[in-house]
Amino acid sequence: MSEKVLMKGNEAIAEAALMAGCRHYFGYPITPQTELTAYMAKRLPKMDGVFLQAESELAAINMVIGVSSCGKRVMTSSSSPGISLKSEGLSYLAGCCLPAFVVNVQRGGPGLGGIQPSQSDYWQATRGAHGDYRTIVLAPDSVQEMVSLTIKGFELADKYRMTAMLLADGTLGQMMEPVSLDAGEIKTFDKPWATTGTKMARPHNIINSLSLIPEELEQWNLERFARYDEAEANEVMYEEYRMEDADVCVVSFGITARVSKNAVDEARANGIKAGMIRPITLWPFPKKPLLAAADKVKAFISVEMSMGQMIEDVELATRCKKPVLLCSRTGGVIPSVKEVLEKINEAEKIGGDRA
Amino acid sequence: MTTVFDRPHALIDTTLHYCPGCTHGIIHRLIAECLDELGVEGRAIGISSVGCSVLTYNYFNCDMIQAAHGRAPAVATGAKRADPNNIVFTYQGDGDLAAIGTAETVHSAARGENITVIFVNNAIYGMTGGQMAPTSLPGQITQTSPYGRDVKTVGYPVKVCEMLSKVDGASYLERVTVCDVKNVNNAKRAIKKAFQYQIDGKGFSLIEILSTCPTNWGLTPEKAIDWLKDNMIPYYPLGVYKDKYAEEGE
Amino acid sequence: MAATQIIFAGFGGQGILFSGKFLANGALLEDRQVSWLPSYGPEMRGGTANCSVIISDMPIGSPIVADPDVIVVMNNPSFDKYEELLVPGGKAFVDSSLITRQAVRTDIDAYYVPATKLASDNGLDGLANMVLIGNLIRKTGVISWDNAETLVKKIVPAKRQDLIELNLKALDIGYNWEN
Repeated sequence: MSEKVLMKGNEAIAEAALMAGCRHYFGYPITPQTELTAYMAKRLPKMDGVFLQAESELAAINMVIGVSSCGKRVMTSSSSPGISLKSEGLSYLAGCCLPAFVVNVQRGGPGLGGIQPSQSDYWQATRGAHGDYRTIVLAPDSVQEMVSLTIKGFELADKYRMTAMLLADGTLGQMMEPVSLDAGEIKTFDKPWATTGTKMARPHNIINSLSLIPEELEQWNLERFARYDEAEANEVMYEEYRMEDADVCVVSFGITARVSKNAVDEARANGIKAGMIRPITLWPFPKKPLLAAADKVKAFISVEMSMGQMIEDVELATRCKKPVLLCSRTGGVIPSVKEVLEKINEAEKIGGDRA
Repeated sequence: MTTVFDRPHALIDTTLHYCPGCTHGIIHRLIAECLDELGVEGRAIGISSVGCSVLTYNYFNCDMIQAAHGRAPAVATGAKRADPNNIVFTYQGDGDLAAIGTAETVHSAARGENITVIFVNNAIYGMTGGQMAPTSLPGQITQTSPYGRDVKTVGYPVKVCEMLSKVDGASYLERVTVCDVKNVNNAKRAIKKAFQYQIDGKGFSLIEILSTCPTNWGLTPEKAIDWLKDNMIPYYPLGVYKDKYAEEGE
Repeated sequence: MAATQIIFAGFGGQGILFSGKFLANGALLEDRQVSWLPSYGPEMRGGTANCSVIISDMPIGSPIVADPDVIVVMNNPSFDKYEELLVPGGKAFVDSSLITRQAVRTDIDAYYVPATKLASDNGLDGLANMVLIGNLIRKTGVISWDNAETLVKKIVPAKRQDLIELNLKALDIGYNWEN
């Protein structure tokens, strides 16, 4: 294992992207992700890469489309309001079946919102812009996982020809933790569809999301969703923590999962059998482990930094078999261990006997 | 028998969808001839925009990317930066380039992106059925300016070449038209020069081509040509608006 | 030792974030678990700044410090804010050349170091933070003093090698300050 270094989350993402073979970055400054942009500005020119500060988020995501069309690994990053601007491009990326890696270091919203951490882009990330499409959404909870999921994100994007989004937040972006920058083997994929120039040796390739024939467009969507089905079958990632005999299952991702982990430990110390399921992929969502847990626990608690967005997926995944409580703060406030603990105590009193 | 006139290789043998009298077909052919003559079809990447020219990806034989409305210069930036050996051009109408895509146009010029922008200006939104464009003339009647473009309320047309001529990053800007044989030949010269500039690494070129839209102007093809000559050319004078390398000689 | 949760607070420009990084790197050098979390905001200079550091032998859950074991404060507002958050028995390191009052709480240990004055008197302007860290290492043992020199050499940017000796001197003054 390589020596560990202390790195900010934002910088670790950038370094991991370089490790994954990304040599093209397009972005626009926005707090709290700017360190990522700055890191790329410093590193890419020295490795024959392309760093370009675009005139807008819209331009940046379309530059991503240009590079991705030509078959190269490429990324952009932003924070919440900037991702709204990129949404148009996310839909086109999907329509054109292009791989891309996009980072959202979330801040409070809506509108200009604030600059403190948030998870209130959950719906935006997992649902997205116009049209029938999906985005792979990866939710790290540590700087080390920001590295591994960035590399994974590039691979999944290429494999399924779709966008992989790393959904972090201001805390994870700004915090430093020791990381090991061991990449292991980086997977690459052939891209015969790319517009690399015909060299007068093959029919022209077209990158396109337009079809004026409804049946054809429907067929494209069916083919796209067949790929999504494959991703859903193969790529679900989650962590189970102290779930063996749990009465209460906390569901949380990213920074709130870390707060929740402390709360689970404290609850256990107080004699309450709490556990946690931490979705690492928000899409595909870990439906199976949650449904399985629904037969064992008394209640679920969705801990999130939003008015309650992931909670809907928890309810769907568990088919409302057990109550799902919400423990949330918004606007840039992070729920405290105490707040989660109180909710665990409340949940434990629900339902009496275990199912 | 000797063939004296043929379809350029860079143009696919298919039926174009354009209305009778529309000049898009001529412009397509000019671009294809340039790609042929410069021998760059095999490394050319065209960017289609949104508007009547949205389907250009079906007409050019080179690799093609279809871009969102107004974003073609940003997509072109990516395609060029992905591999500087690519010969990248956008094909955009006036709504795409001068309204929704103004920022992308100005900033790709400001950066001096080494790309070629083909800007077809017919003073109207064609595909959506004849609405007012950023380049519609003062007083021009369209579906969304039924009483004529009133500059007091909706402002003045955007003169793209004039505007970009003040942008330091732009290398070559010329306004041409395809209203008659002489001008068609002149347009081809300009387009070819723009591609040559890109091949030589000379930076951003934009060729604005005054074009007709008989259908949405409500005129016959012949009368549309007259309208272009009588109304558009006086407002949008033809000529070179900037040529950074003019002194090197052509 | 279990987890130690530390908050550094003061004005921007006092080296608050750097102090946290210094300790975090010290913990890394000893192969312990560590997290460093800064405040971030529109203020780049002169505004309030703080950072939270957790050093632990166990994996760290939340990097957010709500109940600090140790605070290092370099202005009055920070002392006012964080004194009440200290756990009973917690330690406060106070730059007494900038902070005019004494601790209100009696269930904590307050260590007063006139760090800014000591730095200034010794030609170490801008290194008051390191004076405080020196004292903190002595009084808490949260990282090993033996590593101080290695650590300074590691964390001082290559371009500013002249700062190594000054930083070591500042640490030393703090370490040997009797309070």
